[in-house]
Amino acid sequence: MSTPILKATEIDKHFYKPVDFHVLKDINFEIEKGEFVSIMGKSGCGKSTLLYILSTMDTDYTGSLFLGGRNVTGLHQRELAKIRNAQIGFVFQFHYLLAEFTVLDNVMLPARKLGAKTDAQIRKDAMDKLELLGIASEAHKRANMISGGQKQRVAIARALINEPLIIMGDEPTGNLDSKNSENVFNIFTDLSKEKGLSLLVVTHDEDFAEKTDRIIRMEDGRIISHGRDEA
Amino acid sequence: MSRHRVIFDVTITHLTSRLKQSSIAALGVTFGIGTFITLMSFMTGLNELLDGLILNRTPHVRIYNEITPSDEQPVALSEAFEDAVNLIHSVKPKGSQERVHNALPMMARLADDPRVLGIAPQVKAPVFYLAGNIELNGIVSGIQPFDEKRLFNFGDYVTEGTPDDLAKNRNGILLGAGVATKMSLELGDRIQLSTARGVLVPLKVVGIFQSGLAEVDNIQSYVNISMAQQMLGEGTAYITDIQVKLHDIENAVPMAEEIRRNFKASAVDIKAANAQFETGTSIRNLITYAVSITLLIVAGFGIYNILNMLIYEKMNDIAILKATGFSGDDVRNIFIGQAMVIGIVGGLLGLLIGLVMSIMINQTPFETEALPTIKTFPVNFDWRFYLFGIVFALVSTFLAGYLPARKARKIDPVEIIRGQ
Repeated sequence: MSTPILKATEIDKHFYKPVDFHVLKDINFEIEKGEFVSIMGKSGCGKSTLLYILSTMDTDYTGSLFLGGRNVTGLHQRELAKIRNAQIGFVFQFHYLLAEFTVLDNVMLPARKLGAKTDAQIRKDAMDKLELLGIASEAHKRANMISGGQKQRVAIARALINEPLIIMGDEPTGNLDSKNSENVFNIFTDLSKEKGLSLLVVTHDEDFAEKTDRIIRMEDGRIISHGRDEA
Repeated sequence: MSRHRVIFDVTITHLTSRLKQSSIAALGVTFGIGTFITLMSFMTGLNELLDGLILNRTPHVRIYNEITPSDEQPVALSEAFEDAVNLIHSVKPKGSQERVHNALPMMARLADDPRVLGIAPQVKAPVFYLAGNIELNGIVSGIQPFDEKRLFNFGDYVTEGTPDDLAKNRNGILLGAGVATKMSLELGDRIQLSTARGVLVPLKVVGIFQSGLAEVDNIQSYVNISMAQQMLGEGTAYITDIQVKLHDIENAVPMAEEIRRNFKASAVDIKAANAQFETGTSIRNLITYAVSITLLIVAGFGIYNILNMLIYEKMNDIAILKATGFSGDDVRNIFIGQAMVIGIVGGLLGLLIGLVMSIMINQTPFETEALPTIKTFPVNFDWRFYLFGIVFALVSTFLAGYLPARKARKIDPVEIIRGQ
């Protein structure tokens, strides 16, 4: 079996404010290359908290997290920032673009931070991604001047720019109408099927989750189903 | 390269998208630095002027021969009365000349001293000014016009004619303004001087000088040193005062002490002569610095405040940047960068405003009796104020930016994203 793209072992997390709360209990799971996985669960079951740990932004936990086979637990913030930059793409519920930059600038930003290519190449790549998502015509508009569905597609383009190992989404369709929701889902499946990209999406949307390869269900901080036959 | 560029681009975009706020922050710096420079230039200009009133025309060390009774009476030297108690009544000074003894060798020696900037000998003579039937008593100083001009800014006090005219005309005289008015004399008129011994000397008025002190202007006049010696019937070795100007005024006290010891002449230093004056200068400087620094600090608080607000406004951006792989240091640098851009732009504008204000003040008419050659307010255009201003602008904006930026560095993106 090949190395999983993402592997979590024995992850535990407490919130200490306002009172001690054991939010994640003994989380163990893996995501393989090209898998499209969704995490489902009721509000407060810890699924978003888990996603932020997996994204390396939250480092206050016990257990181990492996990304592309590398243990990233306990790495310095600076290292983690590099990992996020190069290997993880994010899509959030509320689009999260830099409002004062153009669409193109928003997409280019992570690649310019990575600094692996020249600006001209990055610009071309960014245009290609926007093309892929069908919003190349909006490239030079300011990010706060486009519609919600378009913003989410820009966010996906930005998540793709550094060719990451995995894309993580926190309710990426939660704020979109069904048509745009469908649209985003199709983009995700295409990426997973055609580009072999791994995707991990936290969602409330049962219809959305049903169509993914695998559903991890959570309840009260535990994984109750891995969505695999053997589980 | 691209990695730094992108940080800089974010910095600039943040600033330009909040152009009004950024401008106000920069204007705070501009105002602070501009006022600092204006205030410093003007105040030190005034100070220099006031200092100059005294320092420029006062020799750092003045050597003269004071007529005093000798400390040792002949009886003290006699062995016969060694053990006796000698009482001498009615001691009088010995009749001697007012000249400085051995003036020429002394001057040669002083001129070689590395601490000395220059020396100017004078011959003072009490005279009567005679014009028609008026007789005024006064003092004539024989001077070397070039040295006086070079060392003591003599030219600044000559309102009509120049010291050079005196140097060119051996029979010339520079009359005190008061004397000239009283005797209704003008440039080119003739005047007769009578010395204490009754020698009459006809002289031509080549200039009028005004020191600003009425008592001086009413009695003092200047002639060439050789003319003064001639009027007194003395030779070129007859010199009543030696004025010494030093490179460093701080050497005045030890120098005067040395001269008293080595040459057995009376010597007075500028500090003993003008003790009160230095206190005034240092207090004025202190006040100027205090006010200026306060202004700059107020500007610094303004920047701190605005950047703090900006960071609260940009929480969202900070979270996105961190989520997409910008490190805490990157985010901190973005905000420090914003502070520095505000500092540089505001500071440079401040320098410009300071310069313009200084020039305007320098053009403002300012006429005073005491300073005949001053027509406008004095301004000290010292490049060091500008250097200090820009350095302070950069340092204070850096500090004002650093504290909020450090906070931005620590912001947890998860909290922002979750809180939405």
